[in-house]
Amino acid sequence: MSSIPPDEITSGRLSGALRPDRAIAIDPRTGDGTLIDDPSLRPALVLSNRGFHDITETVCGYVEQRPGGWWLPVFGLVSTLAGVGTLMILYLLVTGVGVWGLNNQVDWAWDITNFVFWIGIGHAGTLISAILCLLKQKWRTSINRAAEAMTIFAVICAGTFPGIHVGRVWMIWMVFPIPNANGIWPNFRSPLLWDVFAVSTYFTVSLLFWYMGMIPDFATLRDRAVLRMRAASGPTVAPFINLRQDSLRAWIYGVLAMGWRFSTRHWQNYEKAYIMLAGVSTPLVLSVHSIVSFDFATSIVPGWHTTIFPPYFVAGAIFGGFAMVLGLMIPARELYPNMKELITLRHLENMAKIILVTGSMVGFAYFMEFFIAWYSGNQYESDVFVYNRLLPPFISEVLGLERSAPYWWAYWIMISCNVLSPQLFWFKRFRTSPMAIFAVSMAVTVGMWFERFVIIVTSIHRAFLPGEWGMFFPTPVDILTFVGTIGIFITLFMLFLRFLPAFAMSEIKNVLPQASPHPHHTAHAGQH
Amino acid sequence: MSKVRKIYKTEGGETVYGVMAEFDSPASLTHGAEKLRDAGYSRWDVYSPFPVHGMDEAMGLKSTLLPLVTGIVGLGGAGLGYLLQWWVTTRGYPTVVQGKPFDALQPWVPVTFEIGVLFTAFAALFGMFAFNALPMWYHPLLKKERFLRVSDDRFVICIEANDPKFDPDATRELLERVGGKHFDFVEE
Repeated sequence: MSSIPPDEITSGRLSGALRPDRAIAIDPRTGDGTLIDDPSLRPALVLSNRGFHDITETVCGYVEQRPGGWWLPVFGLVSTLAGVGTLMILYLLVTGVGVWGLNNQVDWAWDITNFVFWIGIGHAGTLISAILCLLKQKWRTSINRAAEAMTIFAVICAGTFPGIHVGRVWMIWMVFPIPNANGIWPNFRSPLLWDVFAVSTYFTVSLLFWYMGMIPDFATLRDRAVLRMRAASGPTVAPFINLRQDSLRAWIYGVLAMGWRFSTRHWQNYEKAYIMLAGVSTPLVLSVHSIVSFDFATSIVPGWHTTIFPPYFVAGAIFGGFAMVLGLMIPARELYPNMKELITLRHLENMAKIILVTGSMVGFAYFMEFFIAWYSGNQYESDVFVYNRLLPPFISEVLGLERSAPYWWAYWIMISCNVLSPQLFWFKRFRTSPMAIFAVSMAVTVGMWFERFVIIVTSIHRAFLPGEWGMFFPTPVDILTFVGTIGIFITLFMLFLRFLPAFAMSEIKNVLPQASPHPHHTAHAGQH
Repeated sequence: MSKVRKIYKTEGGETVYGVMAEFDSPASLTHGAEKLRDAGYSRWDVYSPFPVHGMDEAMGLKSTLLPLVTGIVGLGGAGLGYLLQWWVTTRGYPTVVQGKPFDALQPWVPVTFEIGVLFTAFAALFGMFAFNALPMWYHPLLKKERFLRVSDDRFVICIEANDPKFDPDATRELLERVGGKHFDFVEE
């Protein structure tokens, strides 16, 4: 327990300014102590026996203390990329979509690939915050905030592409049913319009859910700033400006916290609202990627016209999204002090298992596409899979076939990254090693981008008549726009880690053993 | 309703909002809340850094109407979404698409669902604010330094002075008997 004002030493230790007070011992068998296979033992969700106050100091410390020396160079790099991406978009707007490598045959390429890639990334965040909440998975509490943030930023990147790919972007408002002088209304039978509603609803609901989860944590940041402000004089926001950092914090976090005061009468409505948002987000996340897949599945293009698309896309989205969560959180827990106490090896192992499951579902879907192409007896369908995707030229030469797939390399990158690499997680040694998990999640991220590229470009680059065949070659603008969205995404994520509560403090406190109102049963506290 | 509320003043002449006491742990907080509920207090509240499991029953709170309101708004939103599509497709701007009947309802399912979800989410968040009387950026309790520690690791019960059973001495004594510590009057 601390005294008023906040305990400087604890705060310094927990946020990395001072030497940490407790080191995590690594055991070869149980890792950090959480990798216990005995189902009768519940591994700790937070390590080092931390109490409520430690959680507050750790999480608020990430916001209130200066980050390590790595932060500014990394932020400089990613925000530069974000700037390059923005310039590319500006160039596109003032010139036209001709700056991309699109042609008459391949009229959807990197733009829509990037759209589906980013929107899919977002789905893991909603899965963690909503579906794992309904399933009462308590380990979600230490990753849900960051995953939800990732959802919002990924949907921002995703939403950019349909907006700018229409060419005359100033006409994009016509996708919304707004009364206008021409009396023209949108076509509600078009899956592209369903997409507009699905993606904008998804963004709005994710934002509301994310914000509501942060209200108690904003109140904690506000109260700490107020206490420090009353206790002593602190640094000002800039030299010669008589505005203290803490009063700025108290104002901003105070407005965002809406006057939250941790009342039980408030918590009652809050918990109900939270569970209802989780309840509607669950079908929402499944619907969003189903509707994205309708963009393709309702067409008659072989390779797109497939009833398996909705579940296949949803599984792929969760797969790619979890890979991105791991790809962000594994470096973060190395770079930020004490984050390993909150994100334990058990958390990583659980997510690795989800990657293995969803990766295998995606692999099954890839196989089913071939099976149905053969079983349907449809020549166009089987040609799309065998001659547009599968067969490299050197194999068809050996087999004595006349045709081969020009995009075979994209297809085989997809298979090796998405189907083969997650199979490592059958072995406990790989799914409990942060390095191995990071490597696989990067491979999966690449693989999931190629999956969308394979679906979109290889299906349309050869239509029914050979006269319509053509290839797609990206221009530098294509490439830099995509790299730019990666920059926008990581920039926003780093700003989130710097200025917003990166962990759901009130939720983590609630899963600590001390939080149980029945102290005699603390051993079972995790099982409510 | 003509019952006159008694106004208490501190020594400094400020109106008393209530009396607050700290508790050690979620367990003692729950026991304290049960005793206060049984003593018949009605205008009081329990403050904790996280929702303590079972506190609703310990305080004797009635279940909230928020889910009902949210459900009605959500279904209403879905209905409006359906009506919008019906009007646009059959009345406002009927366009022949693949020769399908104008009033075929199947293509309207996705947008109806999405608009329903959108309304539900807004109703859940803003309904929560409305039921909790938020935003309320000023509150007497927020002036107390000891109270601001609730957002970290403290547990507080505050009984308001406008509770019919409130009495400065008796209420404080009861709080002490049920395990409260560090009593303090909260000024309006």
